[in-house]
Amino acid sequence: MSDIKPTLKQRFDRWMIRHGRVLVIGLPYLWLFLFFLVPFLIVLKISFATAQYAQPPYSALFQWVDEGVNIAINFGNYLFLLSDSLYISAYLNSIRIAAISTVITLLIGYPMAYGIARAKGSTRNLLLMLVILPFWTSFLIRVYAWIGILDREGLINAALMGLHIISEPLIIRQTEVAVYIGIVYTYLPFMILPLYSTLEKMDGSLLEAALDLGCKPWKAFATITLPLSLPGILAGSLLVFIPAVGEFVIPELLGGPNTLMIGRTLWNEFFSNRDWPIASSVAIAMLIFLVVPIMYFQHIQGKTEDPGK
Amino acid sequence: MNGKRSIFLMSALCFGFAFLYVPIMLVIIYSFNEGKLVTVWAGFSTKWYVELFRDDAMIDAAWNSLRIGLMSATLALAIGTPAGLVMSRFGRFRGRTMFSGMIAAPLVMPDVITGLSLLLLFVTMEQLVGWPAGRGMTTIVIAHTTFCAAYVAVVVQSRLSGMDTSIEEAAMDLGAKPTKIFFLITLPMILPALMAGWLLSFTLSLDDLVISSFVAGPGSTTLPMKVFSSVRLGVSPEINALATLIIIAISVLIIIASILVMRSERQRARQVQEDTGIPG
Repeated sequence: MSDIKPTLKQRFDRWMIRHGRVLVIGLPYLWLFLFFLVPFLIVLKISFATAQYAQPPYSALFQWVDEGVNIAINFGNYLFLLSDSLYISAYLNSIRIAAISTVITLLIGYPMAYGIARAKGSTRNLLLMLVILPFWTSFLIRVYAWIGILDREGLINAALMGLHIISEPLIIRQTEVAVYIGIVYTYLPFMILPLYSTLEKMDGSLLEAALDLGCKPWKAFATITLPLSLPGILAGSLLVFIPAVGEFVIPELLGGPNTLMIGRTLWNEFFSNRDWPIASSVAIAMLIFLVVPIMYFQHIQGKTEDPGK
Repeated sequence: MNGKRSIFLMSALCFGFAFLYVPIMLVIIYSFNEGKLVTVWAGFSTKWYVELFRDDAMIDAAWNSLRIGLMSATLALAIGTPAGLVMSRFGRFRGRTMFSGMIAAPLVMPDVITGLSLLLLFVTMEQLVGWPAGRGMTTIVIAHTTFCAAYVAVVVQSRLSGMDTSIEEAAMDLGAKPTKIFFLITLPMILPALMAGWLLSFTLSLDDLVISSFVAGPGSTTLPMKVFSSVRLGVSPEINALATLIIIAISVLIIIASILVMRSERQRARQVQEDTGIPG
């Protein structure tokens, strides 16, 4: 009686048990592989091509000719990047600006995260919500808000001149200071959230014990709280530093024509000069520098995901 | 000593929140300014809102962005949810390191790199297989889905790893099939995370300027692209009005979503309590 042919549903269930796992892994794997990983290989390929007036505007790397494959690899783009001081200074500038902004973000974000972690139940949730809310509102608008404040005819100058503190408007927009303000402002939530989650999990009894035994609060902070919150500091700093290196909108809208950053250089190579191979080699040069911090970020991300490891 | 510390923390919080909110408040206030100058208050007026709704190019761009946002967020949910499930429940498998790398990296990758690389992929694909023909809405949706899926995966995964697996294990011991377990147990439990993930994807897609600029084609100008080209010329009261509308819309959406999440959590807790007789 029982060995009648399995129904369609039973067959489907059996198939799902056998292959379901592969299916669930496969869909996101394929998508990310095709639309995230493969594109980098193409960027790498085109960074070795030569710019052409054609559609698409770069030369083919491999060409089928009579005697086989003709490979035309052009290292010229990279040599050009090295020979032109503009690219090197844009590169170094980006790293410097991103690093300084990260430190400022940490200095503002740490006490805030600490304060939120020490707050009581409902206040804590409210404060946390207040940190997250700006993160949801448009990034472009938050950068835009600062134009009206920092501009030559902006609110800071209007206020200071109205109070007769200054007689000439200060030039704040179109300087590096404005870029720092923009980066710190837009990335602050990314610093606070990981810091908060490590500080919140911290065992308060260690600190209490240290204080009971007569340790000075600042020393207790430096020897207990600070080292224990190191994972949060690292995660937050990387979340700010890595995207800041390649930032385009902030230096474009708040920085001056002299605020060179690598993301802006890439944009201009692509959109103004229409030189796709140079833009690709700028991208690869940026990635080579960022690969170590990105892999490190992934490493800590993996650790927090899998506490059993 | 303790008092000194809390005064320091209080002032840090006050300064930090003022820093976060004052610029946004100023945009909202000056959107009701009669005059064209940002710094001079010339009286209350809603004329810039009227102006904004007369700007057809802006309205078209807004519709484009909304459509792209809806499609990208939905697709990102379809791809990010299994990714989050795999990361938290599937243990080790071959290629796991690369998989987790492909989920973590889009979160921090500079937009210019993602945008350029996707554009070059689309151009290459068009040459090789003829699809996607040209660039436009489709390519923007694919690009947004890819980085949004990574966010959804992280949200779903963090929800799943903080969740008790005993109900799923019990169902498995009683012989329930994996698909049934997923749809009857796991899915309802991660519903708040799915909602958060969808909303996050929607706002990220609505907000993206750089990646869209790379992969957009003629006729697929999005709202941020339109805003950016006019902001480059300086502050305009019309953009202030638009910014105010966006800020209000997003705040309302988030408040509604968090109320819904809280309600469903409470209901769940009550149901579990009724079903098992165990309080909490």
